[in-house]
Amino acid sequence: MNYFPDEVLEHVFDFISSHKDRNSVSLVCKSWYKIERFSRQRVFIGNCYSISPDRLIARFPGLKSLTLKGKPHFADFNLVPHDWGGFLDPWIRALAKSRIGLEELRLKRMVVSDESLELLSKSFLNFKSLVLVSCEGFTTDGIAAIAANCRFLRELDLQENEVDDHRGHWLSCFPESCTSLVSLNFACLKGEINLGALERLVVRSPNLKSLRLNRAVPLDTLQKILMRAPQVVDLGTGSYVHDPSSEVYNKLKSAFQRCKSIRSLSGFLEVAPRCMSAIYPICTNLTFLNLSYAPGLHGNELTKLIQHCRKLQRLWILDCIGDKGLGVVASTCKELQELRVFPSDPYGAGNAAVTEEGLVLISAGCTKLNSLLYFCQQMTNAALITVAKNCPNFIRFRLCILDPIKPDAVTNQPLDEGFGAIVQSCKGLKRLSLSGLLTDQVFLYIGMYAEQLEMLSIAFAGDSDKGMLYVLNGCKKLRKLEIRDCPFGNAALLEDVGKYETMRSLWMSSCEVTLGGCKTLAEKMPSLSVEIINDTDQMEFSLDDRQKVEKMYLYRTLVGHREDAPEFVWIL
Amino acid sequence: MGVGLKLGKGGGDVGGEKAKMGFEETELRLGLPGNIRAGEGEVARKRGFSETVDLKLNLSSKESSGVDPNEKEKNLLPCATDPAKPPAKAQVVGWPPVRSFRKNMFATQKSSSEESEKGGAGNAAFVKVSMDGAPYLRKVDLRMYKTYLELSDALAKMFSSFTIGNCGSQGVKDFMNESKLMDLLNGSDYVPTYEDKDGDWMLVGDVPWDMFVESCKRLRIMKGTEAIGLAPRAMEKCKNRS
Repeated sequence: MNYFPDEVLEHVFDFISSHKDRNSVSLVCKSWYKIERFSRQRVFIGNCYSISPDRLIARFPGLKSLTLKGKPHFADFNLVPHDWGGFLDPWIRALAKSRIGLEELRLKRMVVSDESLELLSKSFLNFKSLVLVSCEGFTTDGIAAIAANCRFLRELDLQENEVDDHRGHWLSCFPESCTSLVSLNFACLKGEINLGALERLVVRSPNLKSLRLNRAVPLDTLQKILMRAPQVVDLGTGSYVHDPSSEVYNKLKSAFQRCKSIRSLSGFLEVAPRCMSAIYPICTNLTFLNLSYAPGLHGNELTKLIQHCRKLQRLWILDCIGDKGLGVVASTCKELQELRVFPSDPYGAGNAAVTEEGLVLISAGCTKLNSLLYFCQQMTNAALITVAKNCPNFIRFRLCILDPIKPDAVTNQPLDEGFGAIVQSCKGLKRLSLSGLLTDQVFLYIGMYAEQLEMLSIAFAGDSDKGMLYVLNGCKKLRKLEIRDCPFGNAALLEDVGKYETMRSLWMSSCEVTLGGCKTLAEKMPSLSVEIINDTDQMEFSLDDRQKVEKMYLYRTLVGHREDAPEFVWIL
Repeated sequence: MGVGLKLGKGGGDVGGEKAKMGFEETELRLGLPGNIRAGEGEVARKRGFSETVDLKLNLSSKESSGVDPNEKEKNLLPCATDPAKPPAKAQVVGWPPVRSFRKNMFATQKSSSEESEKGGAGNAAFVKVSMDGAPYLRKVDLRMYKTYLELSDALAKMFSSFTIGNCGSQGVKDFMNESKLMDLLNGSDYVPTYEDKDGDWMLVGDVPWDMFVESCKRLRIMKGTEAIGLAPRAMEKCKNRS
């Protein structure tokens, strides 16, 4: 191991970029551990409470890029109260005090304050890239600080965040000297934008490759921007409404014709279907199309558009496309790898316009499909078995039937066999979400066949503890397990407590687990943090061990119980 | 593929016997909810849980299988037709699993499009109307009318006093005579024009009514002599009159 000087090993390690591989390298021996930690630049922390900022800084002094994830996944669906945690602040304060030259920060489901953003913007001279996904707690004032102070900013990417919009001046905070922007995404902001400032920013950013606008940017501004930035590769339109017989629209058409590099298209938050023909010239080269926020686009206009997109690899669409529309996708998009079909009525009140038929058509036409998110009205075992046969390459398979315990729509049987076929056929499956009427049987199949499974989401499924046990015993690579409204109790939870140390986290809500069971687990496994989350309007928490726990979230951690837990979180 | 999978295939930890057990229990459970299985403590407990789930999803045992899906959706979520309102109690928290961001986006999108769909586009489209020679301007709501003729009538009535005044002698009699008014406006020196979204001045009447309402920012009733260079039709009108 020590035959080479350290510099040589360092050079070799430079070629190892995946986090998993780097982690493995560091475990070989002390010497490798030391060399690896000094040369590591990118760190991924999947649960911000598994480690502390101080230990991160101590181990990786050369840190340049940090990815942090906060709240558990089910927080996306309002299952986690607002102030549960996931605060960025302690991380920024610790990093700011250290000598770390942070250049990139990527956050998901964290609570970010304006003060944190301002501190961030002032503490790291070379800061280049800020990506915020599903975060909250900040306003456009925080964004303004980033714009104003980060002199070499390359990337500002805001995806689906809840931002308090103080209207518009943040764009003007980019100084005239800022010419380094490569990527700017403010589609999730709700407020007005200084259009002039936006145009001037685009003009002085020759490296701009990715630009996603918000609803407040009208079509005529889009046209002007495209004329000045024909090199753009990823475009998100703002409001896409205009009179198709107008001069502005004609100019937009010629602007699009000059944009030969666009490979990714999204936006259309407001859309005039008759204006879509301007886009046809760029459709031929598109690899990613996101129309999932464009309910105004459906029927013939939608299918006409899709028919131009022969090279599409990723498609995000609303269910108003219908089974027939999916048939058009299947016959047109032969390169399709990822499909997401979202409900056009996300409150689940209406009827999803897609069924098992659409999915079967897709599977027959798009054999390269490896990633699916599908909200639908109904499903059948026969359809799933067919899909499994047609598409053995699934890495991610997430099916959401709007009625969560709906059986096979034709036979009225549970959907065990269908999902069983999926896990047996798709040997590389890493992520799976189930829905529909399901018994313990489906978990038997999952435990037996889903050898690569890393994340499993279960709701309203199973009959007994056996279901959960099949999964815990069978899925050796399981990292994240999230369960809601299933009849799994203490027996399943406590059978193999060591398992949870091999996983990132376990979420169980509205199951049969009791307070006593959770206490037992916490006692046996001090390396886990077992959190009981009480919704605020519940009566005072009784100490009766037999009481069922409404929400339990446990995760492995190297730093013990967190100190920022709010009142309604009880850490056992 | 289906049946073959169920019994004793592979599965190290699970073991043949366990798998069999699982299958048998599954078989038992394929009955409709509400059937009582005496003496099976486990099954009885499962019933209790599934009853809880049924309650949560607001289903009665009748509806949990084989019913027309449309019907079931309606019963399941009776009040959720207007997403702008908070979801009805019948809805389950966090289901369907859609990010709040997306839910909120659709709530705002739907309520704003509902507004514009009410009563033939509930947003009024008030535009200023000026008439050459008139001492002051008027305003009309274009959405009150369905055709150019209706608009023309309305404008005629609005500006009747001025035209009478300009024409001179006839006075009140002409004011009462609608057809004469129309002649005055349509046949004589006046040419109706409008400024569109691009800022261009156009002749009224060329495009379909709906498109006109969408693009019209203001109206100007021009004197024929001023309409030179506006549009060939307008030019011709001027020539014919003189």
